[in-house]
Amino acid sequence: MHMADALISPAVGGAMWAATAGLIAYSAKKLKEEADERKVPLMGVLGAFIFASQMINFSIPATGSSGHLGGGMILAILLGPYAAFLVMASVLIVQALFFADGGLLALGCNIFNIGFFPCFIVYPLIYRKIVGDVPTQKKIMLGSLVAAIIGLQLGAFGVVLETVFSGISELPFRTFVLLMQPIHLAIGIVEGLVTAAVVTFVWKARPEILNSGERSIPIGVVDMKKVLLGLGVAAAIAGGVLSWFASSNPDGLEWAMFKTSGKEELKSHETVHTSLASIQEKTAFLPDYGFKKAESEIEPEASVEAPWPAVDSGTSVSGLVGGGLTLLMAVLIGLGLKLKRRKSVA
Amino acid sequence: MNNIGKNSFDIGYMDTLAEGDSLFHRLDPRAKLITTLIFIVAVVSFDKYALSALTAFFIYPIVLICFGELPYRYMLKKVLIVSPFAILVGIFNPLMDRQTLIQIGSIGISGGWISFISIIFRFILTVTAAFILISLTGFNAVCGALIKFGVPRPFVVQLLFFYRYIFVLTDETERMVRAGSFRAFNSRAIGFRTFVSLVGNLLLRTLDRAERIYRAMCCRGFDGHIRIIRAMKISYKEIVFTFGWAFLFVFLRCFNIPLKLGTLITGFLK
Amino acid sequence: MSHHIVEANDLYFTYPDGTAGLDGVSFHISHGESVALVGENGAGKSTLLLHLNGYLSATQGTLRIGDSILTSKNLNIVRRTVGIVFQNPDDQLFMPTVFDDVAFGLLNLGCTGDELERRVMQALETVGAQHLRKRPPYKLSQGEKRSVSIATVLAMSPDILVMDEPASSLDPMSRSRLIKLLKTFRHTKIIATHDLDLAIDLCERTIVLHQGKVTADGPTLKLFQDEDLLRRSSLERPLRMQKCPVCSLVNDK
Repeated sequence: MHMADALISPAVGGAMWAATAGLIAYSAKKLKEEADERKVPLMGVLGAFIFASQMINFSIPATGSSGHLGGGMILAILLGPYAAFLVMASVLIVQALFFADGGLLALGCNIFNIGFFPCFIVYPLIYRKIVGDVPTQKKIMLGSLVAAIIGLQLGAFGVVLETVFSGISELPFRTFVLLMQPIHLAIGIVEGLVTAAVVTFVWKARPEILNSGERSIPIGVVDMKKVLLGLGVAAAIAGGVLSWFASSNPDGLEWAMFKTSGKEELKSHETVHTSLASIQEKTAFLPDYGFKKAESEIEPEASVEAPWPAVDSGTSVSGLVGGGLTLLMAVLIGLGLKLKRRKSVA
Repeated sequence: MNNIGKNSFDIGYMDTLAEGDSLFHRLDPRAKLITTLIFIVAVVSFDKYALSALTAFFIYPIVLICFGELPYRYMLKKVLIVSPFAILVGIFNPLMDRQTLIQIGSIGISGGWISFISIIFRFILTVTAAFILISLTGFNAVCGALIKFGVPRPFVVQLLFFYRYIFVLTDETERMVRAGSFRAFNSRAIGFRTFVSLVGNLLLRTLDRAERIYRAMCCRGFDGHIRIIRAMKISYKEIVFTFGWAFLFVFLRCFNIPLKLGTLITGFLK
Repeated sequence: MSHHIVEANDLYFTYPDGTAGLDGVSFHISHGESVALVGENGAGKSTLLLHLNGYLSATQGTLRIGDSILTSKNLNIVRRTVGIVFQNPDDQLFMPTVFDDVAFGLLNLGCTGDELERRVMQALETVGAQHLRKRPPYKLSQGEKRSVSIATVLAMSPDILVMDEPASSLDPMSRSRLIKLLKTFRHTKIIATHDLDLAIDLCERTIVLHQGKVTADGPTLKLFQDEDLLRRSSLERPLRMQKCPVCSLVNDK
């Protein structure tokens, strides 16, 4: 469910990072406006709580598999959307840095998929609407279930889109969707039930807790518009600035297009590539020399990219030989360095 | 069933590694952060069939692990632990993409396999780069660098609090789970109800703890602003490190050295 | 030297949910005194401590710290004068490193630069923790955490030191080290504790709380010999006074 650096292209990664960075800045600003001193220690500790509780698995009866808590919804209920988003981002950052859950570039995607949808979309538009100001057990259960299911569906779909647009994985759009969505439906149901159960537990023990989260600046229609606008601007900037990485992009898009529409890809390949190339020229702010050089050097490899062309097999065998040799050398250098260290220590 | 203790041990261990004193450890965290990011972007920017060019990038983690005196076996183990996901998604490539791209004698290697291995390489490179960053820098220092880079202060401060209390909470969780499991008759994973009450109690205690922390902060004069002092210096060492590696990455990205090497050798053999 | 005085006059405090916390508490503690605050759980010890630096405000009655009566307006000054060390060090050490934690209060007071460095190192030296300055709190032992949490408060140079169960969960070595350290402090000390032996070691005077009221206020040893008083306040004699053969052997002074 997490995006990985291995499957991502710089353009997609960069765009999502731009969106996430914008959201973080926006949430931090909103948090400052609230000027609630208590929030910072509370956020930190709740983040640690989510982190710790994600490590406990419980068995799901009749399936023999185990589930665990995601946490975005609970955070949103306790802290309000802005603080909750920041906390989710923190949890994901630590997981990426220490456990390689995803990767640093894909982190932008993950924070967006796992943080944005629960906190900014599903919580205000679904959970709050269902539960309202006077919670009851039934409303909490219904709100959590629907919110969790939809939130996870959106997140999973985000992963599909990001993977397909990156073009590194060969997984076709339709197959990926058919794989991801049902799995995340199940996960969503579990998440919804767990969230509902935990929230009910806390609510019964201390009803005033649920109210403190909702006291924070509510997301009105105006706020959502600003969020979406900001996102759109950020994504557009990212797309433009990073389009010079686009050499890998046309292939991903073209791939997706080919697989979903079945159209003859050569034509679409031309158009996408040329239009992206023209964007590159228009937005290039690095010296031409740098660009052209990169372009021409990438060409021999990019030619492998074009749909099933006749590849010069001689070159490719050399590629394998050279690659294998380089790896071998790298390992030898590593061993050599280690031996040298040991000798100098001894 | 429960790897709570192991996970927090992992984080503590990587933090301990960061206390080392190699040349790389002593560099300003900002330099290391930027270099890691450039590395990852360079690796990730290759097209899906890049294989030979990627191999040259292994020089970065290898040099850093050796000169940083990091435990390579431990790093490798961590990479292996998370590899299933990449393999799981990548495995579709050989299934879908069957067209032969390379012919070695009578054996044809399909594009799918090439892109699959490319994914594996990318995975190893990017994941190791992130681990190395943390093991050479430490989480607190990375956060210090983030503040200097203009990441919103409340966010980073909250990150630091979060990190600080991970251990406290994982300890508490472990104790609760252990106590619960001693009273459970089914020694496998905990049941749903137990889980809910465990997590619910943990949450309530966490909220109490937050209140006590806030109280302690007030008693030391907290006025809403959390000030963090970090002395950071950029010297020529950081500049050499960052620009040196960045230049190498860009160079390797643009010129496929392994390919040239291979061409040389195969030409020789012919 | 009236800035070390703590004077409570008929303090009443009720919690928001209605339970009584303090039920008419009065006492006068003068400069440099060491006073133990004892009582069973729920007697009001922690509640009273939280009044001493204005975290809680009494619903009735006045509290005088030093020269001034405590009001919501002079909280900042009071927090500089009264330093509270809480029971659980993990609640007090919330910054990334030991240095950060000790510097926290000072930074809030506006202290920076060399002065900051000097005062932080001085506080750490007093508790014997200079070598821990770069350590993250989660890597400290219980005893080290306790020492550092004291340092976080010491750095602010309070005149009055208030402590809540300072020796709880400390191993015997750390406990005796702590007692030795606290004996060297010239501050006015108010120590809430269940550890009556610690009270004997550190405090010449003891105030007994029971259900929010002061039931006794006098010399420590004399109080602990009053069986009746102890029973009424749900307390027990300190171990060394319980005619334990081992303890009385050691404490034959």
